[in-house]
Amino acid sequence: MEDWMISNLVTVGLLAAMVGCVFLIRRSRLWSEAAVELWKRRPIAILCVSLYLAVAILDSIFWVGGVDTGEDVVSAHEAKSVIDRLFADARERSYSSPFADVEFYGGKALAHPGSHPLGTDIIGRDVVYLALKGVRVAILIGGLTSLIAIPLSLLFGISAGYFGGRVDDFVFFVMSTLASMPGLLLLIALIMAMGRSTLSICIALAVTSWVGFCRIVRGETLKLREQDYVQAARVLGVSEVQIVLRHILPNLAHLVIITFVLTFSGLVLSEAVLAWLGVGVDGSWGQMIDQARSELSRDPVVWWNITAAGSALFVLILAVNMVGDAVRDVLDPRTLRERS
Amino acid sequence: MLAYIVRRLAYGAMVVFGVLFFLFVVFFWVATPDDIARRALGEKAPAIAIEQWKENHGYDRPLWPWESFDNNMLFAHYKSMLTFDFGRSDADDVPILEKIAGGVGPSLALTVPMFVLGLVASVLLSLIVAVFRDTYVDRMGIVLCVFGMSVSILLYIVGAQYLIAKLLRWFPISGFDPSPDVVLRFLALPIIVGLVSSIGSNVRFYRTVFLEEVHRDFVRTARAKGAGEARIMIHHVLRNAMIPILTQIVIAIPFLFTGSLVLESFFGIPGLGALSVEAIQGNDFATLRTMVFVGSLLFVVAQVVTDVSYSLADPRVRLE
Repeated sequence: MEDWMISNLVTVGLLAAMVGCVFLIRRSRLWSEAAVELWKRRPIAILCVSLYLAVAILDSIFWVGGVDTGEDVVSAHEAKSVIDRLFADARERSYSSPFADVEFYGGKALAHPGSHPLGTDIIGRDVVYLALKGVRVAILIGGLTSLIAIPLSLLFGISAGYFGGRVDDFVFFVMSTLASMPGLLLLIALIMAMGRSTLSICIALAVTSWVGFCRIVRGETLKLREQDYVQAARVLGVSEVQIVLRHILPNLAHLVIITFVLTFSGLVLSEAVLAWLGVGVDGSWGQMIDQARSELSRDPVVWWNITAAGSALFVLILAVNMVGDAVRDVLDPRTLRERS
Repeated sequence: MLAYIVRRLAYGAMVVFGVLFFLFVVFFWVATPDDIARRALGEKAPAIAIEQWKENHGYDRPLWPWESFDNNMLFAHYKSMLTFDFGRSDADDVPILEKIAGGVGPSLALTVPMFVLGLVASVLLSLIVAVFRDTYVDRMGIVLCVFGMSVSILLYIVGAQYLIAKLLRWFPISGFDPSPDVVLRFLALPIIVGLVSSIGSNVRFYRTVFLEEVHRDFVRTARAKGAGEARIMIHHVLRNAMIPILTQIVIAIPFLFTGSLVLESFFGIPGLGALSVEAIQGNDFATLRTMVFVGSLLFVVAQVVTDVSYSLADPRVRLE
């Protein structure tokens, strides 16, 4: 199977999962009230995040053909996403500033004058297109890493907190070992050892970021284990697996959501640093910012690349941080005390 | 008491052993010596050249003890790391210990002032925010913190280099000179960037620490006695918040030695962070794993020292 078919399948799967989540939230009064409260607090930030999500989804649905590429035979057989198709005929030869009619250096006429709201980069690609392509990369990094790290920390955290004893000792030892290594160096070491692909970068990010969440899950499970309803379930002869699934896991759900949103922005930001160190994902905003460093020393200055990548990154992180704080306030009763 | 210290030391040693095993798995098993040699020599290097490279750099032994008990990479790795005999760099054959010794100075010159200034600034700012809790000052402060946290450090660096160094020409864009009369000119810009990029999350952290104390009973008593807001904040809130602040300081100390990866290499400061970046870009696995080991060793030592001194100060800790 080709790469783009897998991407399509995953996208459809994730969309189905999202619809399922909405359905589940609507069924439970607790969760639907939390969702309404969240929407009331941060409508703009939520809209922003949804907009980014929509772009990422549009950029994850591929098919072959249907674009008139002129003489270019190779690209006619490549799979292209919806975003690729929207910007298919917007190539120039070199830099052009926003809304320009001529090239930035030399002043030759452009092929598509006035059609680049953010100009073009060194090989003439539209900067709006490049910035939009970065959305999928950023969301992929944050999302895939969380999909690896969260189940891992739930598995280890719950078993350590619930079963205690030897299991707890072992998990705690693994956590303190991982936590004592310098984070960014460990991250890079892992990526260098596993090779540079999107999946290995996400695995490395997951290995370095699951410890914090695992510690929270372990602590919370320790508390839940002593609750009366868990004790009662045990006395009634409910099996350990059933107790974990019925009584422990649902009570950790709010923590999962809070941690997911709050770590997401950190993951995307650390990918930017990785990109600059030469071990990032291709097409990310970090790479655009990295390339733009040399553009700032050109004369006259090429400023639109770094502005586009920087503000796309900033708006996403800001919106996610805002939503994250609101999610924590809505879902975690403990922060009520802090806010008062 | 002695039993607690011995137990804590033994656990620290175990963690160091665990770190070394993890490093071995990553650098010898996930990335095999063949991979490392091929990275250094190029994908199409002939087999003889790879064997030769492995022999020259000491990678030519079997990996695990069950393959050869007397002569394997695992024991050699433990032995060389634990005796601080780190060997030579894979890239330029300079002894790694020499490289590290040369990098500590510049790293500390950058990180210590950055850390001290950052701590003072964020504690002061968060105290102010805590004084004005539940007012517009507090809300604006938090919004500003979130804005500051949402900007990538790359943007801070590129922006500062462009605005302050290139347009305003206040400081050099990058570089380092250890002579005391010019060193500050080179360090000022990275220190400013380091301060600004971390102040948002720090102020938020210390604000929650202070707000936790603000609602305690003794603060209400102090206020009932007629103590002024300044006195309450400094004598009652700040003093009682010292424990989380001190913990934060002790955790940060080991990372002062290993320097800042991003700042050092952007601003051309020849510290340990820049050394690590050089190792990353030159596929120098030997230096890289030594840096990770040194970093975690410092961290474990700092943690053991903190725990032991806590137990000396507070007998309740020993019971856990």
